[in-house]
Amino acid sequence: MMQPLKLVLKQPLSPRVTRFRLEHPEGAPLPVFSGGAHVMVQMQDGPVLRRNAYSLISDPQDRSGYEIAVQREDAGRGGSLWMHRQAQPGMILDVGAPVNLFALDRTARKHLMIAGGIGITPFLAHLHELVRGDAAWDLHLAWRSRADLPDMALPARAHLHLGDEGTRMDVPKVLSGQPLGTHLYVCGSARMIAAVLDTAQGLGWPPETLHAEEFLAPAPGAPFQVHCATSDRHVHVGAQESLLEALEREGIDAPWLCRGGACGQCETRVLACDGTVDHRDHFLAPDERADRIMPCVSRFRGTLLTLDR
Amino acid sequence: MTLSFSQSRFRDDYSFANSDAAIRRFPFPFDRDSYMYSVNMEPHRAAGPEDSVFQRRFDVDEHYLSEMADRAITLQRDPMRCQSLPHMRLAGWDLLELIMTAKAEDYPDLFALQRDGACWRWINRPMGIDDRFTFLDDATLPCGPMEYITRQTQGDFALLDQRQGNLWMDAGMITSQADWSLDFDIGMNFFEWHAPVPRAAQMGIFQRALKFLLNVQQGAPSRRLNWTMTVNPRLDTSPETYPEWGPEKRSLTPENVGQRQFLRVELQSFWRLPRSNGLAFPIRCYLCALEDLVTVPKWGRRLHRVLRDLPEDLATYKGFAVNRPLIVDYLSRFDDGAPTSPGIFPD
Amino acid sequence: MTPAPANRIPSHPTYAPLQPRPGHAALMIADAGGAVALAQLLAQAPDLRATARILLVAADVPPDLPAVTPVPGTEALEAAIAGALQGARMGLQAYLAGSQGLIGQAQALLLAQGMAPGAIQMQQCGGPARRMQCVHCKTIAPDVVIDPYRCPGCGRWLYVRDHFSRRLGAFQGVCIDAETPGLVPEPTEIAP
Ligand code: FES
Repeated sequence: MMQPLKLVLKQPLSPRVTRFRLEHPEGAPLPVFSGGAHVMVQMQDGPVLRRNAYSLISDPQDRSGYEIAVQREDAGRGGSLWMHRQAQPGMILDVGAPVNLFALDRTARKHLMIAGGIGITPFLAHLHELVRGDAAWDLHLAWRSRADLPDMALPARAHLHLGDEGTRMDVPKVLSGQPLGTHLYVCGSARMIAAVLDTAQGLGWPPETLHAEEFLAPAPGAPFQVHCATSDRHVHVGAQESLLEALEREGIDAPWLCRGGACGQCETRVLACDGTVDHRDHFLAPDERADRIMPCVSRFRGTLLTLDR
Repeated sequence: MTLSFSQSRFRDDYSFANSDAAIRRFPFPFDRDSYMYSVNMEPHRAAGPEDSVFQRRFDVDEHYLSEMADRAITLQRDPMRCQSLPHMRLAGWDLLELIMTAKAEDYPDLFALQRDGACWRWINRPMGIDDRFTFLDDATLPCGPMEYITRQTQGDFALLDQRQGNLWMDAGMITSQADWSLDFDIGMNFFEWHAPVPRAAQMGIFQRALKFLLNVQQGAPSRRLNWTMTVNPRLDTSPETYPEWGPEKRSLTPENVGQRQFLRVELQSFWRLPRSNGLAFPIRCYLCALEDLVTVPKWGRRLHRVLRDLPEDLATYKGFAVNRPLIVDYLSRFDDGAPTSPGIFPD
Repeated sequence: MTPAPANRIPSHPTYAPLQPRPGHAALMIADAGGAVALAQLLAQAPDLRATARILLVAADVPPDLPAVTPVPGTEALEAAIAGALQGARMGLQAYLAGSQGLIGQAQALLLAQGMAPGAIQMQQCGGPARRMQCVHCKTIAPDVVIDPYRCPGCGRWLYVRDHFSRRLGAFQGVCIDAETPGLVPEPTEIAP
């Protein structure tokens, strides 16, 4: 369910981070969303059709437009580079409906948010709601240097930890002394998420109070072949594309939602496998990995992979 | 479309009756001559003949006013049929917004919604309601938003919170349920509140259903039909009032079974709620007497075959094992063995 | 401690033996039957002694338990838990041991105070008695050992379901002779 939206604003917030605003081409109101939601933005990058997920950072109640913040990844597969270089105000982009895999747990008595770098984006939407509501909250943001810090109007209460000013985040200190009923939300790099969650577990925080969002961009890898049994086709997956993208390129029906290994929507049965599936998702349980694959992020090394597609 | 509303009761004298048109549009749940517990989910969009119950997002039919009156009686006797845990307030507003917008668009002759920023005016002509309130401000409504709108909408409503990769039954308006208690089940997760269903757990059906529901997207609702059997046209078959309706289950005779045994169908739908990220789960109940059902020959034949061949544990779970011989016997008179066409609609 | 039979329905609680978990403080709640389980836990993890606080319900205080607050009966449990949780912080672990009725009720009270289920462990000790809620009049019967049982509220004979509510800390009791008034089978003891 993609809808065409008009790019109306492109504003640098820092040397690497740019804010984009999308509106309905005729100015009609867009559907509301909930804090933590992301949208899929579709980009025609030469011959390649890219779909990247970006957290919405604007006020969820504001139906006049959607805003996202994109950090340029010079070593990435090209989506962020396209946004920074090719996307221009006036352009029409296909954008998916908002999907939320990082909502606040409303049973919590307090929300403790920890962001590393560009991982701040989902929290920007949460903050719009939190400052209006009466739930207790705290936000800690770590960034490399003040010079790189995007200009994003954080509430004065937010705690900033800047690498070049020696105010690094002391995670155990942030986590201790939190009142009963606090939930922890972490968004940032995989390493940062693992470190924070490990600390919390070590301090006795139960699993249901821990929430993390790591945007897995499908990482490049060695090319491979798959056989799709249902459609009886052999598909070549190139180094720079995901298995899901290759299936789409060939017109093979393949569902998806997050394209980041989190939601489970793309789950596909493996009918035969001679080789090793490189599971890169956060969805499949260890025992499910024996006969399933998440094509949005996972890859394959070997001689034969037959899918139920 | 012109609707004239019946004035009938789902209790006491059981004056409920379906018009011929209501019988023809009854959502018969079996698309083949046998039944297996399954999740059978499909997109909730217009389907079937012009007046089918699938044509509009929240179907309004001739029993609208009677059902709302019955709900009011049930709530007056037991206010705990409508409950919302504190964190579900926003989901309640989500539901109110969803229903008001849908009804005003789908039934402009019956309902109207005027919005000026957060100042809303809601007109419900059949019920004679014309209210102004401030959206998201509980104090401007006579009761909570979920209770307000579901006192004006046919069907039960559960609001599910989504967290920890599960769905939690954390709010609901449940007055026409097939023998489960909101007051007991509130706060349970998807697996817990389905715990009493036989077989399904082993079949992995719930894992798959849950995964599907967790990914229901904004603007893309889904639906399924569920069914059971009820003696007398009674909406309130709750465990709370079981001592009232229990004896009626044993009152069937070969003479009255066609008239007093009803097929009870639930049109269940699932809607992503945009503000709360919760899921709305309307459970709309339709009742049809066997003697009315068999006026559609395909349904008479098929219902006979389905009920005759149903595994005993499912008949027990659905609560009609004791009456099955009587029912099957009655229905066999309308089954000449002829083949039936695929699908649920009359030929 | 009885291992849960594999055929239990999914709403049925599971009780594992108490295991020490990381955390800066521990709240332990037990009745006379559960005190042994707490003593075992403390023997296994002596570090817990320093931070443990114990609510002992309707039981003589054994000499080997530290920091015991006696609670006269389950009706005083709510106030005792509220007091013990004053100013509580994340990382607090709860250890419950005793009859199903006690641990079910204690869990419900802890959840209502904002504690997460994952920070609460339970070990059932003693007999098969269950805390039951009558679905008709909502009366709670704390220690039901027979099935069917007579509801102390409305006097109906209720059968004992396996369906369990964490929020209420109780199993569900449903009228057994609703369809056939007066036909009540002879009660039998609930199997453990
Ligand atoms: S699309 Fe969400 S896991 Fe693959």
